[in-house]
Amino acid sequence: MTSESAATTPSHLATASQATWDRQSLLGLAIPLGLVAIFGLYPALQANASAREAMFTVLMAVALASSLNILLGYTGYVSFGHIVFFGLGGYIGFWVIDEWGLHLLPAALLGGLVSAALAFLLGLAILRLRGAFFALATIGINEAMKALVVNLPFLGGPTGLELHFSVYRNYGGPARALWLSYWSLVVVAVIVVVVSYLVKKSKFGLGLMAIREDEDAAEIMGVVAPRTKTWAYMLSAFFPGIIGVLFFFKNGIIEPASAFRLHISIELLVVIMLGGAGTVLGPVLGAAFYQRLRGLLLTTEFFKDIQLAVAGALLLLIVLFIPGGAIGWLRSWHRFPALRRVLE
Amino acid sequence: MLSTLLAAAIDGLMIGVVYGLVAMGLTLIFGVMNVINLAHGPVVVLGMFGVYLCFAQLGLPPYGGLLVVAVLGILLGVLIYFVAVHRVLNAPHLSSLLATFAVNMMIIGIGTSILSTNFRNVDYSLGTLRLGTIALTGTRLTAAGVALAITAALYLFLQRTRPGKYIRAVANNRQSAELMGIPSRRVLALAFGIGTMLAAMAGGLLATIQPFTILSGGVYELKSFVIVVLGGLGNPIGALVGGLILGLIEGLVPVFMRTTWVPVLEFVLFVLILLIRPQGLFGAKS
Repeated sequence: MTSESAATTPSHLATASQATWDRQSLLGLAIPLGLVAIFGLYPALQANASAREAMFTVLMAVALASSLNILLGYTGYVSFGHIVFFGLGGYIGFWVIDEWGLHLLPAALLGGLVSAALAFLLGLAILRLRGAFFALATIGINEAMKALVVNLPFLGGPTGLELHFSVYRNYGGPARALWLSYWSLVVVAVIVVVVSYLVKKSKFGLGLMAIREDEDAAEIMGVVAPRTKTWAYMLSAFFPGIIGVLFFFKNGIIEPASAFRLHISIELLVVIMLGGAGTVLGPVLGAAFYQRLRGLLLTTEFFKDIQLAVAGALLLLIVLFIPGGAIGWLRSWHRFPALRRVLE
Repeated sequence: MLSTLLAAAIDGLMIGVVYGLVAMGLTLIFGVMNVINLAHGPVVVLGMFGVYLCFAQLGLPPYGGLLVVAVLGILLGVLIYFVAVHRVLNAPHLSSLLATFAVNMMIIGIGTSILSTNFRNVDYSLGTLRLGTIALTGTRLTAAGVALAITAALYLFLQRTRPGKYIRAVANNRQSAELMGIPSRRVLALAFGIGTMLAAMAGGLLATIQPFTILSGGVYELKSFVIVVLGGLGNPIGALVGGLILGLIEGLVPVFMRTTWVPVLEFVLFVLILLIRPQGLFGAKS
């Protein structure tokens, strides 16, 4: 975009337009980052545990949805079983914390790296599949992994693992351990949003979006599709691995049914669709809105039992009538073209 | 040992035919309109509850309730098609996946609030058939027989009747079919209705064999994915064979190792087939 304007306008004008473009495009990063910062700092101001728990859920959805968005929104590959990386990372991190007494932070990093490594190996095989076949394969992998963990005695089998209480002593008590996992999640959420933005603005991201639009054409234009897709898959698997460790450390217990719950995977797709697939701000907005809505429905007497049905009806309306999600819809307002430049 | 194996194999094959019927609905819908129906599991459960309610409330025998379920199933399918599927047929895959999943959420949400998540079972017995050392439960045998009959009827419908031929024509090439004057909208709705009906009827048969809750559908939906991929996406007869294979695995594997290894084998097989033969075991090389 910048090189184009430089080619068609005199050089002094080009620098001026480039400066405004940069300012506006930085706003595209500043808005989602600001939102994440507000969510993140809110419990600290309230200084109570229930606000922290509520924001943990929101930030987790923000970070998971933003990482899935790299694969789903930018690359156009529908991963239905993305939660497998969350569960696997969670299990690995949980195990090393419990067995070896490793500190939370290196354990979380390890969880992320193992997830990325799994994504690399899987990517070699299943990224050849397209469309529905890829989506089905990701479901199969999640279910296979869940069934496998049930059969591994050292990971606790079907009942899972529980953190020894003595582990918390290294962190100065359980309360401080929980705050540590919370602040780590805030940092991860910020990093994911920045990475999502940088990917979108980079040549790598352009390659991904070219693959999304037409994979064969992208290859002819010189995008090395297999390598590019594998990187996107690894990147979108790395962060869920870290988040899994933080989440299950906070819970103190991990079991196959909660680690590899297909339902959460699909909720992430809903979050992305709500906000707008392929945008930086979309998953952030979608996560906040979805979790807020879910909380409201669950606590309202009338909707408590049918909250799932209400969420389903909402999802259907969005898929049928606003497929671009909130951000896609706002960007398509012709009366305010500025929105197109500000909302990334 | 041999008789144990034989009994396990026969047991597995009988339930496998019913699994095949569940998957046949999924594969028919995919074959005709390229949509993976994520509302398939809940429909199976609705079939279960249909037969259960007819039996417990109205006193209908389960196989009479099956007819009620068939009629309601096809109507439900047509309704789902026009509400959720028709508008997203030409959209990217994610749209149809999410639209049918939204239907899934609505059915489960309403179902949970009305029917609760308690276990139910249809308390109905047809006795036991003994062949030497092998005992065959009457309801299982009947379920397998009915499922085979439905499969045969579906085959004849698709091959011999005019609406069946329309469905195959639309599956083959929608544009050309429209040019030949086939009302593709109605045909697609009919195909979705039949796919849903098959799932509901299979659910009704499963209800006579196993206890169930409103949430049981997910298991059968996942099994259907495995079966459909084994038999080739879009191939109804392949689904029957896929169902038999899955039934055999479920029958025979527990003889040799713990039952919990069965899903591991199933899903590893599933991913391997997707990678090595995405056209299914019996599909032609594309």
